[in-house]
Amino acid sequence: MQIPAEAIVFYALTAITVLSGLVVVTSRKLVHSAFALVFAFSGLAGYYVLLSADFLAAAQVLIYVGGILILILFAVMLTHRIESLDIRSETLQLLPAIAGCGAIVVLMLLAVYRTPWAVKEPQVLTQTAQSIGSLFMTDYLLPFEVASVHLLIALVGAVIIAGKRGGQ
Amino acid sequence: MTITLSHYLVLAAALFVIGLVGVFIRRNAITILMCIELMLNAVNLTFIAFASHMNAVDGLIFVFFVITVAAAEVAVGLAIVIALFRNRDTVNLDELNLMRW
Repeated sequence: MQIPAEAIVFYALTAITVLSGLVVVTSRKLVHSAFALVFAFSGLAGYYVLLSADFLAAAQVLIYVGGILILILFAVMLTHRIESLDIRSETLQLLPAIAGCGAIVVLMLLAVYRTPWAVKEPQVLTQTAQSIGSLFMTDYLLPFEVASVHLLIALVGAVIIAGKRGGQ
Repeated sequence: MTITLSHYLVLAAALFVIGLVGVFIRRNAITILMCIELMLNAVNLTFIAFASHMNAVDGLIFVFFVITVAAAEVAVGLAIVIALFRNRDTVNLDELNLMRW
């Protein structure tokens, strides 16, 4: 039986992404978690390519892998003595956490399989960058401006919070 | 063996729950921020899967807003973590009970 290439890529990406997600959650060393997150985000960028969202795949690599992860790595190095193990790998709340999350998984799977999704014939989106750009400048202009102001305020706030205290 | 919408939805649900478990069982502030990023990415994957399978570009727009909010959240969150570490010398959330009563 011929296995389609899309399925092979999908399952390979799934292996990478889910395994690195598990490493993020379970690793005792903070740096290992941060580097596993690199692979998880890159795997997700692969899915975006598979779903023909090319522009978003590039944005994912630039913003998440290039921006947010560097920020997280900086925070790790600024707050942790690199050689010290994460002191407590808490297992105290493990049972209630797994019970609650299991219930959420069941709910989500029920929603996925019970809902008759109005799926169309899978179509390759073409020129996503162009349509995203024109939607941003027409239908979503106000949310777009609000998002940029939000980002600016957050960045100024981050500088004030992390900087030296009160101009002393 | 074709990959359908439900494949992506189940995968996104799995990623979301992995992040959720991390938020519940870890007590390190930076690890929790990373788990929240993982959950936001799972939601992004859902948006893009629907956008692609319903041939609607609007889903991609919302992913951009999610990315914007995630970037703002991680910047402010890490700033708070660094300020806390400077003042209290720890990032363990169980020891940071300043605002609890």
